[in-house]
Amino acid sequence: MPKDHGIGASTKRREDVRFLTGAGNYTDDVNVWGQAYVAFVRSDVAHGTLNGVDTAEAEAMPGVIRVFTGKDFEGVGSIPCGWQITDRHGEPMKEPPHPVLAQGKVRHVGDPIAAVVAESLQEARDAADAVVADISDLPAVVDMKQAVASSDTLVHDDLGTNLCYDWGFVEENREAVDKAIQEAAHVTTLELVNNRLVANPMEPRVAVGDYSRADDMSTLYTTSQNPHVIRLLMGAFVLGIPEHKLRVVAPDVGGGFGTKIFHYAEEAFCTFAARQIKRPVKWTSTRGEAFMSDAHGRDHVTKIELAMDAENNFTALRTETYANMGAYLSTFAPSVPTWLHGTLMAGNYKTPLIYVNVKAVFTNTVPVDAYRGAGRPEATYQLERVIDKAARERGVDPMALRRQNFITEFPYATPVAVEYDTGDYNATLDKLEEIADLAGFDKRRAESEAKGKLRGLGINCYIEACGIAPSNLVGQLGARAGLYESATVRVNATGSISVMTGSHSHGQGHETSFPQVVAEMLGIPEDQVDIVHGDTANTPMGMGTYGSRSIAVGGSAMVRATEKIINKAKKIAAHLMEAAEADIELKDGAFSVAGTDKSVAWGDVCLAAYVPHNYPLEDIEPGLEETAFYDPSNFTYPSGAYCCEVEVDPETGHVTVERFAAADDFGNVINPMIVEGQVHGGVAQGIGQALLENCVYDETGQLLSASYMDYAMPRADNVPMVTVDHSCQTPCTHNPLGVKGCGEAGAIGSPPSVINAVIDALHSGGFTHVTHIDMPATPNRVWAAMQG
Amino acid sequence: MYAFEIERPTSVAEAVTALGTEEAQPLGGGQTLIPTLKQRLAMPSKLVALTAIADMKYVRRDGDTLAIGGGTTHGTVAKEAATHFPGLAGLAARIGDPAVRNRGTIGGSIANNDPSACYPSAALACGATIVTNTREIAADDYFQGMFMTALEEGEIVTEVRFPIPEKSAYMKFEQIASRFPLVGVFVAKYADRVGVGVTGASNDGVFRWSEAEEALAGDFSADAVAGLTAPDASDMISDLHGTGAYRAHLIGVMTKRGVAAAS
Repeated sequence: MPKDHGIGASTKRREDVRFLTGAGNYTDDVNVWGQAYVAFVRSDVAHGTLNGVDTAEAEAMPGVIRVFTGKDFEGVGSIPCGWQITDRHGEPMKEPPHPVLAQGKVRHVGDPIAAVVAESLQEARDAADAVVADISDLPAVVDMKQAVASSDTLVHDDLGTNLCYDWGFVEENREAVDKAIQEAAHVTTLELVNNRLVANPMEPRVAVGDYSRADDMSTLYTTSQNPHVIRLLMGAFVLGIPEHKLRVVAPDVGGGFGTKIFHYAEEAFCTFAARQIKRPVKWTSTRGEAFMSDAHGRDHVTKIELAMDAENNFTALRTETYANMGAYLSTFAPSVPTWLHGTLMAGNYKTPLIYVNVKAVFTNTVPVDAYRGAGRPEATYQLERVIDKAARERGVDPMALRRQNFITEFPYATPVAVEYDTGDYNATLDKLEEIADLAGFDKRRAESEAKGKLRGLGINCYIEACGIAPSNLVGQLGARAGLYESATVRVNATGSISVMTGSHSHGQGHETSFPQVVAEMLGIPEDQVDIVHGDTANTPMGMGTYGSRSIAVGGSAMVRATEKIINKAKKIAAHLMEAAEADIELKDGAFSVAGTDKSVAWGDVCLAAYVPHNYPLEDIEPGLEETAFYDPSNFTYPSGAYCCEVEVDPETGHVTVERFAAADDFGNVINPMIVEGQVHGGVAQGIGQALLENCVYDETGQLLSASYMDYAMPRADNVPMVTVDHSCQTPCTHNPLGVKGCGEAGAIGSPPSVINAVIDALHSGGFTHVTHIDMPATPNRVWAAMQG
Repeated sequence: MYAFEIERPTSVAEAVTALGTEEAQPLGGGQTLIPTLKQRLAMPSKLVALTAIADMKYVRRDGDTLAIGGGTTHGTVAKEAATHFPGLAGLAARIGDPAVRNRGTIGGSIANNDPSACYPSAALACGATIVTNTREIAADDYFQGMFMTALEEGEIVTEVRFPIPEKSAYMKFEQIASRFPLVGVFVAKYADRVGVGVTGASNDGVFRWSEAEEALAGDFSADAVAGLTAPDASDMISDLHGTGAYRAHLIGVMTKRGVAAAS
């Protein structure tokens, strides 16, 4: 019998009622009395010298309050980067300044040059059209390999190079890996592209800056996944506002997928401008602006080599990746192709020697940063593609080859610096075989062939590192922040509870699943617990939601705070029942004395805490409110096996995904329905990456896929029903809930199986010369591959 | 969007008068113009909405001809043409999504002549007559390249008159992002001829694939198309979504499938 409440119950998402009835409160719903509107003037060229900006005509236009340019920000800080990478030679990465508004140069299409603040949005936009930027065009740096090979054109002149860093991992393994590859019985090599993506959350970014002269307080309402991080970065590094004079509010946020982690120029601008003009300033991104100002994702070009012995045991792995940083370093950009990617290159396999080289490159494109999975999809894709290719080259079953090389003993220390605490890769692959009905594939293939279609089957495994992260470890790796999480559990006098969390929900359903944990621990109904998040004024310092960390890190903080509540409540209950604290038991919302029929209800204990007439005031304080900060001791390692079946139209190259199955090991699961939804969404995004989505620049740095007319988002009819199973559970060994995180798995685990399936389909049709097709496998690309 | 005035005349005559004003622009269902305005890519001082003209909304059969009022939405054509001309109804039923079909009009589509619009392929394949407030224009004379038509300034498409074929079908291979046709082919079989109209593919906009028409006139079968050389790839659009060679190839595939599906 499935549970109907608490941990493990599929409680329906309480927040959906307001989202689905138009009662949500998104940042664009925030309107502050007296607010002005800003329209940004953005560069329409990829690279140029900014000789000057003529604002005279715009300033004279109706409703215009003030026009800002880069000059207004000369004394203001640069948009900071939150992670410093040390290169192969021990040198720090190149870290160019990132002004709020362009100074001296424009570096990508969409780079903000000026900002017009006016009484109305219409007036701001009209005047923005009248701002004249005097730009001398420069050649654009677009191709990463050319950017590194030649210093003729530099995105940042002062750096003397377009190479941000050349990272080797583990550098000490380099020679041993080279030697093992040279001596291997077989080496499979694959060159591939992990295509650039635009996250495209349904809600575009919005920022409202407000300033109160009464108390010198700045408030920023923003579409963020981590309001405290924005307060820290913007307050300390850009605008010089101390935390107690800066409040950041991220109310309902309509999807983030990573792109709303970062601190953006528009946030700093609205906060700064509000202080300058002493009025609130609002910006709402258009969809067109989002394409050219939201940080993009992925964009890796990789060569991977997998060495095997004569028995097909993996002996070494070597990769070389060019990772696009875009024109400036976004908040977490340098960490994505390095620590979030290189450390995952072992995958699910016991390859003893691994060397990962990553060259991060500046180009005249929008900055690239974390997007759902962030580094781990890139690692999984190349590894699971090269294994599939190796299986074909060796003439062995791709599943058997994987099983043969699986890590089976835990904990397992990989040669790329992480220790997997637990897992069972054979179990998820067994489960996959069952739920994907692999036994019925031949029959389905025959049915497809009868319709003139080629049917392909692709599988892949994945592992990811979630629950970022042990602060001392990431500090050593270059993070400029701790990555703990916080929770305050505030028990009210009548027993209801508000949990203030540093995590942020922008689609994940925290308002439903977090109360399930607290309610389970206390034995009270879930609806007695509410979650408060998204406002630095009323939540403890938290690091926000990304990297599938909320339940593993934020949930653990909440558990710790609730444990403190229980400990204190037991003291109160012991006093009320005149019993020893050690004898007090908490069950089903009541405290009882072991071995007796004495009991006191949860609500009575709470009331006593706030009306302490009969209360051990000599021992404990009144009130029932506790805060905990939780810093994990390791990452968590969700893993799984995915299967995709496609049909390919051999005449047109058109690919349809016919079946998809996902067997995941997320450890313990709080709300199975929400977990399934997370996997569904991730798989949809993975199918989108594999078959549809592609952010394309031409050689002049113009963004060709700048709207939904050319950038293909996955739609309902692109995605089949996804069979999801998470019954294989090896609980995390180091956090109190035994949870691992599920938010990114779908997007990490799905692209390789889609491409593996496409290749399999083509081989079944006799197109055996096709060993790889880059994502997205569009009809034209598949057709062209078939032509040879 | 920039500010503009809007008029909603209720007759063709009033609309023509309104369009006589300087910088006035007609507005059909707005499926192209409104997004253009929203992106501030056009700045008309006045829009003359044609959607209130009741006389321009009908699907009417007259013997072997199906006459469709210029203001008729795709949704209406999809429903009301279904029994008379299933090929055309099928084309209309797959334009855009329900919101687009309930706003977009045949007159707007034909007047705009987007190189990836669906209707022009049917009009050309069928040898339709484009009726305006001043004259009747044969489809072969009307379509003059991407976004180019024979329409004069202020001229309104009031009706499109299709000779009803014995058999027809529209085959659309969608561009994956916009879902406009990357290549769309309308095949229409008449007693004495076959029309093949191709949209989405050519640098010159919608066109008739005359080699296929000739081959199919003698032998209306998929095999008759199979042997044909694809249209010259260098004349085809080459962009993010498809090379000229790919589009040229798809024309053959879609034509063959259109012949097989024609009803």
